[in-house]
Amino acid sequence: MLNAFLTLLRRDLLLAIRHPGEVVDAWLFFLLIVVLFPLGTRPEAGLLTALAPAIVWIAALLSTLLSLDRIFKTDFQDGSLEQLLLNPYPTTVLVGAKVLAHWLSSGLLLILASPLLAMMLGLPARAMPVLMLSLLLGTPVLSLVGSIAVALTVGLRGAGLLLPLLLLPLYTPILIFGAHAVQAAALGMSAEGPLYLMAAILALALTLAPLAIAAALRIAVE
Amino acid sequence: MNSSTGLVANALACRRADRLLFENLGFHAAPGQLLEICGRNGSGKTTLLRLLCGLRQPDEGQITWQGQDIHADTEVFRRALCYIGHLNGLKADLSPLENLLADARLFGANPARVEAALETLGLLREIDLPCQRLSAGQKQRTALARLLIRGTPLWILDEPCASLDRQAQQQVQRLLESHANNGGTVIFTTHQPLVFEQGNVTQLWLAEAGADA
Repeated sequence: MLNAFLTLLRRDLLLAIRHPGEVVDAWLFFLLIVVLFPLGTRPEAGLLTALAPAIVWIAALLSTLLSLDRIFKTDFQDGSLEQLLLNPYPTTVLVGAKVLAHWLSSGLLLILASPLLAMMLGLPARAMPVLMLSLLLGTPVLSLVGSIAVALTVGLRGAGLLLPLLLLPLYTPILIFGAHAVQAAALGMSAEGPLYLMAAILALALTLAPLAIAAALRIAVE
Repeated sequence: MNSSTGLVANALACRRADRLLFENLGFHAAPGQLLEICGRNGSGKTTLLRLLCGLRQPDEGQITWQGQDIHADTEVFRRALCYIGHLNGLKADLSPLENLLADARLFGANPARVEAALETLGLLREIDLPCQRLSAGQKQRTALARLLIRGTPLWILDEPCASLDRQAQQQVQRLLESHANNGGTVIFTTHQPLVFEQGNVTQLWLAEAGADA
């Protein structure tokens, strides 16, 4: 079972490397949103700093939304999804490998780029660890919960706007707690509360989302 | 022959978009048997094959494998099954070798069989080309190589001869026959007139919607 998990993880990462366009697109989108913000606001001291946590988190959320589409789409189109559902190993485990591959090629890249961007926005250095930690707890949830919605809509034609509409309400708690944690840290207060809540949401998503994704894919393929 | 071996379908019914495709359909595909599902376009051949794989639930009736409902112990059934549908399940950016190695590992088959299978199907020259550069027939042969690699007793094949040339069609035919001779079960559809000389070929005709099955 571990062998199958690792094989699928390796295959999806290999595909991301062979076809880097989609991964890079989502990452550049993230950078662009953050880079454009200072140009569009007044150069007033403190304004960007106050907005920085929200900007980085909103950019991360939108960038994840952009990259989610590819997670099951090609699998659905080329028949790999059918083979995945006929695999003797539990679908939840295999789906976990796919979501992990997606996170490694989206969320992880956002986390690595975030300190530089936060510095550009004037976020105090003491808030950096909390920013990265909040993204580390939050982006896997974005991938997991997002995959449920993608699995539900993968068989639909022209579901373009349906995905964000389904997902934005589910993403708001993560956005609120994530930005709140970074804000608290920037003001020198304790960020523990929101971070613990995000950890709890991540634990919940890790255990329940694979079940929901597997069930949704079965319906989509039928 | 024991009636509980092989794949047994019992009183199946399937509706698609409020249209009855078939009802009260029953058959028994025993080990060593080739079962051809025949019918006009749109008569529900593919839907029936997907029911038999467990990708779709029948509206009525039951399908059993070795006496067990296929949805009861899915792991046992899926270990016995190799399904090749219309969509070949190959990743366009990966080569046949990479695709099949991943497939073998995912299904717990021996990856050492991959190269031999590709050789049998005459794909050694294309082994490292990305699948998007292969012809339709070469892709189909790559997909069929799974049958040799996984080594499962039950094969469910939707148009295995699609886009294959004459020679490859005959090879597929021999493959099906030898699988049946070795005690395997094959359920397939085809639009090519395959002439099976030996073996135990049964044809199952799906009538037009609503008519007697």
